[in-house]
Amino acid sequence: MMYTTRTSPLTRGVVHLVLVAYTLLCIGPVLLVAINSFKSRAAIFRSPLSLPDATTFDLIGYRTVLGQGVFARYFLNSMIVTLGSLGCVLLFGAMAAFALSEYRFKGNKLLGLYLSLGIMVPIRLGTVAILNMMVASRLVDTHLALILIYTAQGLPVAVFILSEFMQGISKDLKDAGRIDGLSEYTIFFRLVLPLMRPAVATVAVFTMIPIWNDLWFPLIVAPGEATKTVTLGAQVFIGQFVTNWNAVLAALTLAIVPVLVLYLLFSRQLIRGITAGAVK
Amino acid sequence: MSQIEKLSLDVPSIPAATAGTVRQAPARRWYILVFLAPALLVYSALMVIPLADTLRLSLYRKVDQTSVFVGFANFGRLFGDPNWSVHFWQALVNNIYFFIFHLLLQNPIGIALAALLSLPKLRGRSFYRTAFFLPTMLSFVIVGFTWKLILSPIWGVAPTLLGFVGLKSLFHPWLGLESSALTTLALISVWQFVGIPMMLIYAAMLSIPEEVIEAAELDNVTGFAQFWKIKLPLILPTIGMCSILTFVGNFNAFDLIYTAQGALAGPNYSTDILGTFLFRTFFGNQLQLGDPNMGATIATMMFLIILIGVSIYLFGVQQRMRRYQL
Repeated sequence: MMYTTRTSPLTRGVVHLVLVAYTLLCIGPVLLVAINSFKSRAAIFRSPLSLPDATTFDLIGYRTVLGQGVFARYFLNSMIVTLGSLGCVLLFGAMAAFALSEYRFKGNKLLGLYLSLGIMVPIRLGTVAILNMMVASRLVDTHLALILIYTAQGLPVAVFILSEFMQGISKDLKDAGRIDGLSEYTIFFRLVLPLMRPAVATVAVFTMIPIWNDLWFPLIVAPGEATKTVTLGAQVFIGQFVTNWNAVLAALTLAIVPVLVLYLLFSRQLIRGITAGAVK
Repeated sequence: MSQIEKLSLDVPSIPAATAGTVRQAPARRWYILVFLAPALLVYSALMVIPLADTLRLSLYRKVDQTSVFVGFANFGRLFGDPNWSVHFWQALVNNIYFFIFHLLLQNPIGIALAALLSLPKLRGRSFYRTAFFLPTMLSFVIVGFTWKLILSPIWGVAPTLLGFVGLKSLFHPWLGLESSALTTLALISVWQFVGIPMMLIYAAMLSIPEEVIEAAELDNVTGFAQFWKIKLPLILPTIGMCSILTFVGNFNAFDLIYTAQGALAGPNYSTDILGTFLFRTFFGNQLQLGDPNMGATIATMMFLIILIGVSIYLFGVQQRMRRYQL
């Protein structure tokens, strides 16, 4: 806001100084962990701020973590749960958003309101009953339990965003399809869904992150070794290895990498999604 | 479901555009139900029904393996029995402190960063944006442990860094002190989540029409004056939205404190908030057995608090803000 046409180099310099300082604050802690995960124990404590060199480079932390042989499974569990929930959220969400924005029927508005309740009310508040239900249906320690929970958690926002987007899809196209005698299902899957790709991608990124990062539900509903997610696995592992700094730093770095890769791949999409959502 | 079925099936009120097409819409439009059913089923079964059931469970007590209706006795215990009420009030007060701390820091920092990012002809804009949003993407487990390590007196990174600017004497093991642990966690949480208000406010600033800014400049309203008098009022609704998102997030927060301080929210419960209190009560810990009914009671209180907050926002704040919108 400070410089529009009259930009002095000084102002510009100060602005960049502030921005760079804040950038360091944001990525510094992550870098610090990553750098030290490649160092020997002595070097971690002697010179935490320096890069690993020939004498201090050590992969002992990674050997300890990977030697446990469980992280690959945790990673796989996280993938199954995240992708499974994501698929359900996107498919069910797009179908519901289509029905709500395409057809006029009694109760339409009410149903929209009912579904958007979950945007403001966190699903965690129902945990006591959810656990009861999972115990009763023998779903404790299964991927399915987590997938069902995260699908319910992701649907409200997905339906909300996708409905907004559906309204922008041309009516002529759908009516042309109807004149050609296509069924409503074909119209949705063949005509509408392909056009929704940008919105679906945005929703996907929004939905994926909280699922991958969640600690609460894996801890309560699926704490077993066979279904542990990376987030819970890292939490438990680090808790056990508190004094083994090499292992803790390596485990943290391993937990950061998948998120970081996903983020760098999709950050453009994500930022465009947020920006487009607010501009109306 | 049966009500929904009825609603969607026997109503032939088709919009003109659809009704006028060649293919006559059948009287019973089953496909609407097919499109809606999966979402409604999963959402109802795992979100709405459990929530309602949790509210119901707060009115029951387990006596000899059977559930007995006890009315509001659990709430009486929560507020009347000092074993419970002390923890509840402490968690609530801590939670309010946690939220106000977020409100006072997160919004101003978010606005400042967004204002800088939306400067015209800024070099490296997308790099900064990506970096600022990075902490938001990390899990609480990563964030909690990373900061725990950095602030650890054993490692000594924080005192070393403070030493660079000659402030080494200021260092204390902040996470381990009752007086500063909650504030430190709130700061860590702000560090993690400031990206969300920043992005939303940034988007709101970008959406301010050019003409408005041009008109302001013609009237010689520039620089800070322009920011205060033109841009800030226009982004107020967004700030309101960020605040309510933060409110809901803070009042069911759990992960960060569990990761950094454990289920007992130490030292001496000084970082206990409603989320950790609920977890401890429901699941039990070294000191007590899990109690689902008291857990449900606490969850009900959290639900009421969130409901009140969201209502104040929807019916008070948002209504009043609307007149600023273009």
